[in-house]
Amino acid sequence: MTDTTDAGRSTGASPVPDRPRLRMATAWLGGCSGCHMSFLDLDEWLFDLADRADIVFGPLADIKEFPADVDLTLVEGAVTNTDNLELAQAIRANTRVVVSFGDCAVTGNITALRNGMGAPDAMLQRVYVEHPDLAGVLPTEVVPELLPTAQPLHELITVDVYLPGCPPSAQRIRTALIALLDAMAAGEPLPRQWRAPEDLTFGN
Amino acid sequence: MNLTPPRPSGPRPNVPVILDGEEVMAFDGESILDLARRLGTPIPTLCYLDGLSVHGGCRLCVVEVNGDSRLPLACATPVTSEMEIRTDTSSLRDHRRRVVELLFAEGNHVCASCVSSGACELQDLAADSNVDHIHYALEFPRIDVDASHPKYVLDRERCVLCTRCVRVCDEVEGAHVWDIAQRGNRSTLVAELGKPWGEASSCTWCGKCVLVCPTGALSFKGRSTGEMRHDPDIVAFLASARDEGEWIDREEPSP
Repeated sequence: MTDTTDAGRSTGASPVPDRPRLRMATAWLGGCSGCHMSFLDLDEWLFDLADRADIVFGPLADIKEFPADVDLTLVEGAVTNTDNLELAQAIRANTRVVVSFGDCAVTGNITALRNGMGAPDAMLQRVYVEHPDLAGVLPTEVVPELLPTAQPLHELITVDVYLPGCPPSAQRIRTALIALLDAMAAGEPLPRQWRAPEDLTFGN
Repeated sequence: MNLTPPRPSGPRPNVPVILDGEEVMAFDGESILDLARRLGTPIPTLCYLDGLSVHGGCRLCVVEVNGDSRLPLACATPVTSEMEIRTDTSSLRDHRRRVVELLFAEGNHVCASCVSSGACELQDLAADSNVDHIHYALEFPRIDVDASHPKYVLDRERCVLCTRCVRVCDEVEGAHVWDIAQRGNRSTLVAELGKPWGEASSCTWCGKCVLVCPTGALSFKGRSTGEMRHDPDIVAFLASARDEGEWIDREEPSP
């Protein structure tokens, strides 16, 4: 340790980043986490992402409360229970750009298949009581209460960008993230559609 | 019965029309859709199918024609001399996107759990018309699946009421098993006026309805996950039948 080093530190001589670092989050509502698995399939590109953004919340980070002042949040899953709803509202209140991430968030998808059965009790009865391998008891502790129907995210909060797919491929996620991060860093309007390198389709 | 749209009567196209700003020659009596396809101009369709009569129900092939405040259907509108047609304007794209979204909203088109995902005209139309979410509240209907037929399955939640199956069964197979019952958003595909498909004796098991279905509403049984049924006992049956020279009717495992 020399005085020079200390002096260097005290003046804050860290390299000035080319672009402002963004605060990014991911969230897992009523979905299977397949979209997050696909996100992890970005593999080494996650290092490039980490160069441009801090991941400040998500199932991959042990942070309990959704933080303030988030630039971009990818939200996986339909809004199916009271916890989902609370988190969705916290995300909207604290995020500049909310991305509906994957088919469950965009359409309800598999999570919303229960809607046609009527009240959530019908599904709970079918799964927990009529199922021969389970105890025949409805779970009441710890688990949050189900909402009357599972809904796409945009039915409950304003969504800025939609990224369909079940799950969206890593390639599709990367294309979207690059377009969004570039636009946000440059202060440009958000891209609404990106066709390349593949079509945005539901399902595949 | 006339199975195909009227053929152009003249040997050469001799009707001048303007298609997307370009002067072209159409056959007398040709539909706007036939003209556009002949010249390589894409117009999206869903209920239209070459070889069947024109239904004009899906409203995806709408075009703009000068002097017509409505949006005529390309499949059902014959060209007329000096007609000025536009096939691809922002208002048409917007209209088509809304039609596709309404189709999604009306049924349960869950691609992730569909036997036809990746081979579905509705899924492709959604991608082509930039549908990345559904603006309308989703209906989430509950309509029972008819799996009573030994070979095929009807999932009415995925039906877009294009009537291709109705038409192919009537016009090509000549069986007329299918009809659309009810009206409006209660419209539903029925076999023999409302019987389970497996009990419809007029069905010839030809499978044409399944082949022409644009979505996963009609599918071959046994193609989805976990549906495969093996039949290893067939070998013992064949061996004994050959030895005994007796071919007694044998029940196959139910699909």
